[in-house]
Amino acid sequence: MSRLSIRTRSQAQVLVDTMYAGMERRIAASPSGLCPIDITLSFLNLCHAQSCGKCTPCRIGLGKLSALLKQVLDGEATMESLDRIKLTAQNIVDSADCAIGFNAAQLVLNGMAGFEDDFREHILHHQCLASHRNSVPCITLCPAGVDVPGYISLIAHGRPADAVRLIRKDNPFPTACAYICEHPCETRCRRSMVDDPINIRGLKKFAVDQAGDVPQPACAEPTGKRVAIIGGGPSGLSAAYYLQLMGHSTTVFEKRKQLGGMLRYGIPSYRFPREKLDAEIASILSTGVEVKTDVDIGTEITMEQIKEEYDAVYIAIGAHTDRKAGLPGEDSGHVTSAVEMLRGIGDYQMPDFTGQKVVVIGGGNVAMDVVRSAVRLGAEKVTCVYRRRQADMTALPEEVEGALAEGVELLTMMAPVRIEADEDGNAVALWVKPQLSGAFDKGGRPSPVDSDLPEIRIPADLIIMAIGQGIESRHFEESGITVKRGNIMAGDSAQIGDEKIFAGGDCVTGPATAIRAIAAGKVAAANIDEFLGFRHEISTDVVLPAPTINSVKQRGRINLTEREASERKLDFEDVEQSMTCLQADMESSRCLHCDYFGFGNFRGGRETKW
Amino acid sequence: MVKLTIDGRSCSVPEGTTILQAAASIGIQIPTLCYLKDINEISACRICVVEVDGFERLIPACTEKVFEGMVVHTNSHRAKTARETNLKLILSQHDGDCTTCVRNQNCQLQDLSAQFGILDNPYPKDVKKNDWPENSYLVRKESKCIKCMRCIEVCDKIQTLRIWDVMGSGSRTHVGVRLNRVFTEADCALCGQCITHCPVGALSVRDDTAKVVAALEDPEITTVVQVAPAVRTAWAEQLGLTREEATVGRMAAALKALGFDYVFDTNFTADLTIMEEGSEFIERFTHRDQYPWPMFTSCCPGWVRFVKSQFPEYSRNLSTAKSPQAMFGAVAKSYFAEKIGVDPHKMRVISVMPCTAKKSEADLPNLKDACGDPDVDVVITTRELDRLLRSYHVNVKDLEERDFDSPLGSGTGAAVIFGATGGVMDAALRSAYYLVTGNNPPADAFTAVRGMKGWKEADFEVPGAGTVRVAVASGLGNTRALMEAVKAGEVEYDFVEIMACPGGCSGGGGQPIHEGQELADTRGTVLWNLDQASELRYSHENPDVIALYNQYLVKPLGLKSHHLLHTDITEWSIPLNPDLVK
Repeated sequence: MSRLSIRTRSQAQVLVDTMYAGMERRIAASPSGLCPIDITLSFLNLCHAQSCGKCTPCRIGLGKLSALLKQVLDGEATMESLDRIKLTAQNIVDSADCAIGFNAAQLVLNGMAGFEDDFREHILHHQCLASHRNSVPCITLCPAGVDVPGYISLIAHGRPADAVRLIRKDNPFPTACAYICEHPCETRCRRSMVDDPINIRGLKKFAVDQAGDVPQPACAEPTGKRVAIIGGGPSGLSAAYYLQLMGHSTTVFEKRKQLGGMLRYGIPSYRFPREKLDAEIASILSTGVEVKTDVDIGTEITMEQIKEEYDAVYIAIGAHTDRKAGLPGEDSGHVTSAVEMLRGIGDYQMPDFTGQKVVVIGGGNVAMDVVRSAVRLGAEKVTCVYRRRQADMTALPEEVEGALAEGVELLTMMAPVRIEADEDGNAVALWVKPQLSGAFDKGGRPSPVDSDLPEIRIPADLIIMAIGQGIESRHFEESGITVKRGNIMAGDSAQIGDEKIFAGGDCVTGPATAIRAIAAGKVAAANIDEFLGFRHEISTDVVLPAPTINSVKQRGRINLTEREASERKLDFEDVEQSMTCLQADMESSRCLHCDYFGFGNFRGGRETKW
Repeated sequence: MVKLTIDGRSCSVPEGTTILQAAASIGIQIPTLCYLKDINEISACRICVVEVDGFERLIPACTEKVFEGMVVHTNSHRAKTARETNLKLILSQHDGDCTTCVRNQNCQLQDLSAQFGILDNPYPKDVKKNDWPENSYLVRKESKCIKCMRCIEVCDKIQTLRIWDVMGSGSRTHVGVRLNRVFTEADCALCGQCITHCPVGALSVRDDTAKVVAALEDPEITTVVQVAPAVRTAWAEQLGLTREEATVGRMAAALKALGFDYVFDTNFTADLTIMEEGSEFIERFTHRDQYPWPMFTSCCPGWVRFVKSQFPEYSRNLSTAKSPQAMFGAVAKSYFAEKIGVDPHKMRVISVMPCTAKKSEADLPNLKDACGDPDVDVVITTRELDRLLRSYHVNVKDLEERDFDSPLGSGTGAAVIFGATGGVMDAALRSAYYLVTGNNPPADAFTAVRGMKGWKEADFEVPGAGTVRVAVASGLGNTRALMEAVKAGEVEYDFVEIMACPGGCSGGGGQPIHEGQELADTRGTVLWNLDQASELRYSHENPDVIALYNQYLVKPLGLKSHHLLHTDITEWSIPLNPDLVK
């Protein structure tokens, strides 16, 4: 016997670890609509298998808890059983020696509070409230319900223009989304169970790049109804597009010089080239939308006038005002906001940062847009200051990686304290206090708290605040529209109290994603149509190819590559490279076609019209 | 055409053909269980899986299409093992007590198990049970359900009532009443199409044969049986008789052999229905502004339930004439009871119907017009009649044919076609024409309303009355489409016949079940042939009906008719479509 030996993993352990990795992917791709009690039971059984078996509450208690839950599911429990379940779980929480026991029971207890209705239905009526409703995860998770498997199969069959047509049925911005969508569709992609989610956005980008100009469908017979759209961003233009297709006549009022909203005034062109945006907007306008730019509602024309002149109104003004951090010195010169800077760039007013040290405060996608733009504008040094950990940043990981590759300094766990100004009142430095990760907040992220390290001075020629946006709601509030916590109040139908007026997008949700704004525009169009007394249907004549059985052998996801950082950081051209035909073929052949296989050919999941 | 090889044999089939169909085209049988052509193509049971060269995994033959150069192995070790294993898995959750199952000897699962030669099952039994309301006409047994989902699909796609749904998730996924309703609180039409499309004994109609036996065995009781038109097309399908052997006369003899005192024919009251409903139509047609339009037939109880639950605003458009079954009960316990001097309280009227909804019709609270007791006491389906005949060991094949008893046993050709879609309309038009013009139209003047098309329309000229615009629909999906069109003002009709079951009563939910076959058309043809062969082809020429009016009722729509032969369907209610309640 040697005194010490090198620890090697046994074959069994290697296999179990592989299984854990598979389990993680599987849980990430879990379908919606499952019975929460059944899932709790399965989770509990896994926890029980993890028990070392030393302590009574964990070794025996978790098993008893599991048996009790099974009784509930089997319709053999009574309402008294619930007390027994709670008592048992609480006992494990209180008396287990380690996390394997107490954490498992705590999650059961949390569930009991959350799933009370499910427990009651099982116990009292021997029925389950849950059921598999949404069979196609990507379609379900797309706020606009775009037919993802449909367009993937069109791409696989070499029909990119049809793919664009199919997407437009639910989303008039296929190009914008091909470039900048946060692709919630990919988060529960069933292919993750096998290897990785399909690169849906990458495939869409291939389709729009290949398709070229795809003419719009004809509009329905004119209805003679007029709809005013306030705000020419993705939400307003989506509503205008569908309303035009339905035969209504729309007028878009835009405060800025150009249409596009945050797609133009928020997203830099290296992520979404301007000529692509312009082409997409031109295509939408080809349905006959009337546009009035440089019009500020409240000064040039009032809501009252619009309401009188139009049969319905959709407010989609976005969230374009900056928020203050409340830092001492924030009003100094050489301090600006992300919104202001990106707005200028949107109208081609490019500031020159040559030789400057730029400090950006914030950790979201907007902060990344600002730091990467600052690099391109010639800054000598760009520093992103964020008060939490890199893992807590709300920016997409690939955006953060892109910024780092382009030479951006990332200073995490630093809370801005004050801005130091020179005698002219111009900022010269940002003072920050180092932080440490504390207790978890409601959102599930650890809150930063002051550490015991001294404040640090970060020299700066320009400080840019990228800490969120608000909406300019004053005039709307004055015209009787309810605004709460800075957002316009509208229901799920986009309708607000005044039944003639609808609202949606960032001005209702607060700063969110383009696809959510687009979806709101679609919802508003449908409900405005209905409000005007019609029921026009939006559909497409694209016929989908028959589903193909694709290989389920593990294969890597094809990610899009970017231009070399040293090259791309010198210009505002697109950083991301499209898929080649071969790559698109390979990636589209990874789609498992949940629209057909599994639950799909039974209960569907695809809406052919709305 | 696509060329492929199946089990070493090459074949050529049109593009879009499934592997299952391609194999069948060259005589290779691939077993299926959940599959139901055009209705349930969801490859759920995985019994039909085959091996295809170049594919990692097995492929379901029922849904996957052939491609050029495809090489299929239907009986490879892998395919065969998977098929058997899947069958054993299904069997492990199925109550295999076949000897006491309603579908014993008529069960796709039982057949497959026998075909596969399954002699033992290594998987432990794990059979789930369910709660079900006691007073339900339709019975669902979770312990028998194999989750093929056919019931859901038939109800969704063909009947559009969406009564069933997949409930729960994971291992506890099962079929249940949509929206977690108790079945008796759902807007089910009780058409029974889910029952006739169930491959096993999970769905069945309440068995009432014991009540029949009790009546037959009670010496105090006079039993009167009526047989619906469509029953004669199917009654012996599962008794080993050919269609040629299964004559109406033999059916009458079989009923007599069971011991019924009077064997009568619902055809009699079908003719009577035409007298009442035809006269009602003329009354409405000649006083257009006093009635809502169109007028609907009311003989199908599934349809009546459907109107009341889905389009309640059209309830008043239904003819007030009772169905032939209900008229029969009322006449039997009044006119006939008087005629033979029997206390109607000591009479039991038993119906043999191709229908499940007729059971609920007989129980309606306001169909007690003859003597205060229910006019019809017991309703059994064609399948229950077969069970009775088998349990009495009636050797139907050797029975001598006989006529129905008199006087409620006569019917014209116009009556017998009530069992096929378009038949009621055809018969009504024949007599309405006569009632208006005083002359008979040619008996085959109204062929446009016949045939299996789900929604038919025709215009007929009736001299003196004008153009009568009629429509006929069968199947509730077709019916819903028709009703939506009527509601939207897209179509205008004067008279509309609706049958809840596709093809009419011949395809009724109470008829014998033949896996994978739709027999409504074949059976309907039997009825049209009976009509052709009849001496009398006009309801108004039925001599016993004429006698009934002369001796008892006086005239159609008269006071007595009104009391005995008409009803007010607003006097009872059924659950509304939940979408309407919202």
